[in-house]
Amino acid sequence: MTTTTPALGSVEHTPVRGPSRRPALSARGRAAIAGLTFIVPGFALYALIIGYPAVQALLISLRDYKITPGAVSPWIGLDNYVRAFHDPVLGRAFVNAAVYMLATVPTQMLIGLGLAVLLDTALPGRTLFRVLFYLPVVTSWVIVSLLFQYLFATDHGVVNWFLVDVLHVVGHPVNWLGQRWTAMVAISALGVWKGVGWSMLIFLAALTGVPKELHEAAALDGAGAGRRFRHVSLPFLRGTAVTVLILLVIGGFNVFTSVLLMTDGGPLDQTQVPLTYMYKQAFSYLDFGYGSAISFLLTGLVLVVSGLQYWLARRTADGGAA
Amino acid sequence: MIAGARRRHGVAAVRYALLIAAAVVLALPFGYMLSTSLKSHTLLLEYPPRLIPSHPTVDNYVQAWSANNFGRYFLNSSFVAVATTAGTVLLASMMAYGFARFRFPGKGVLFGMVIVGLTIPTMLLIIPQFLLAKNLGLLDSLPGLIPFYVGTQVAFSTFLLRAFFEQIPGELDEAMTIDGGGAWRRYWNLAVPLSRPALATCAIFTFLGSWDEFVWALTVINDESKRTLPIGIALFHGQHGTSWGLVFAASLIAVVPVIVVYVVFQRHLVTGLTSGALKS
Repeated sequence: MTTTTPALGSVEHTPVRGPSRRPALSARGRAAIAGLTFIVPGFALYALIIGYPAVQALLISLRDYKITPGAVSPWIGLDNYVRAFHDPVLGRAFVNAAVYMLATVPTQMLIGLGLAVLLDTALPGRTLFRVLFYLPVVTSWVIVSLLFQYLFATDHGVVNWFLVDVLHVVGHPVNWLGQRWTAMVAISALGVWKGVGWSMLIFLAALTGVPKELHEAAALDGAGAGRRFRHVSLPFLRGTAVTVLILLVIGGFNVFTSVLLMTDGGPLDQTQVPLTYMYKQAFSYLDFGYGSAISFLLTGLVLVVSGLQYWLARRTADGGAA
Repeated sequence: MIAGARRRHGVAAVRYALLIAAAVVLALPFGYMLSTSLKSHTLLLEYPPRLIPSHPTVDNYVQAWSANNFGRYFLNSSFVAVATTAGTVLLASMMAYGFARFRFPGKGVLFGMVIVGLTIPTMLLIIPQFLLAKNLGLLDSLPGLIPFYVGTQVAFSTFLLRAFFEQIPGELDEAMTIDGGGAWRRYWNLAVPLSRPALATCAIFTFLGSWDEFVWALTVINDESKRTLPIGIALFHGQHGTSWGLVFAASLIAVVPVIVVYVVFQRHLVTGLTSGALKS
């Protein structure tokens, strides 16, 4: 702290300063103190609410955690993780999350991209459409989950009415939320409906960045709209598509509120996903150690999958350039 | 020439047809929610379902607001969301200013820790956070939600604002230093006013995030009178399974501030983008 070397690049150390400054503290020391005064209040709270629990989460997952005051929580090493690998319900929960991810991610990306392409032009009412498509995104998960529960209700539900009485494709009302795969259909439908506006907005922003001259040049060369999209716009969208894909996959594995409110993992744990199962272990059975282990397994899996996607995307991009 | 114009009209017509179809599909559930909230209780289970209620009534709204505590929940949510927004924007802008304008040992590490926090899924922390809240005596407390909401959201705003502060030219700071302005004056009278659009963006994200927050409140709040709107709505539905009209009336009451903020946000975003006057 006592060094007198002037630091560069900060206003605090520019040679313009009054003669009244105390010589005891160097410019660098004063900058450090001033900077820390700004940072400490926020950082302290952040460290308490995020940093400390992050470390605790790992430690709890290595214990047989007892919530009763005074009770000892013995260290049990990796036992919670071993138990997780032999838990058929958790296995089913991961499969359900993967199914949800596979059902919602490609659909959201394709519809989102399609809507973005449709909106990528001077069009009366463009803002209105954009705001409308984005409305489900800003509406709370709680409200839309209850709404879809109502739409997919067995008796008097709109979806059943439409399928039975209008389209006549099924003979009797479907018990959507009472069986594993039909419930996954309803939950996935909600996921797509709520998320499509988000990918639309991101793709639209990327499309706006495609230089107009390129389109004009391609049009002069006789390329139709379809070919212009494939050869001019698509290469520009590549990076955006990878980002959207990775974020949607992360979001897909972390599906929680919609499942909690629409089926609560039931019937008989058939529709559990990792986070609802973790929540149940922690806050219904008070098994905090096992719950933490599930959280870590999910986080680890998501990290590996998104890392893999990133690596694959970069590799194929390099291959294309070579 | 004429064939080309006709073709362009054809393309525009198809474009509109597809957009309108998508808009209908996306808006229909909302429309049905609105219509259900306007139906009297006896008509809720009518079959076949009707989109336009035959005898619309605002009974559900009156009942939800007065008899079923949703007025109270609305105030609870407003208090928590406003306090969280104020706290987050203040602490994040200070942190961001510290990171953007000063050099000191360990700064890179501290900022790195803030960035890492952006990637931690919040649900990973819910168990240790619950234990922390228990140890701090913040369970079942409405003000007790605020430090957890601020702590969870402060990293994102810090990240956003640091980038914005770094774009403010250093010459402005120097001029103010010559005039005798200390670090706090430069932060409060220079950086903050110049960053109003970015601060607004942070405020909006934080407000929406805490207004809609569900899992944490569900986990720590027990007392019925301390519920926020999301848990109020979800738990009310759990108790009165078929009172869909009331549930949706309460939901729409909860959605109004979100839509207001969202529409204002649209405008603010545009001002924020166009007021890049600084860059000269």
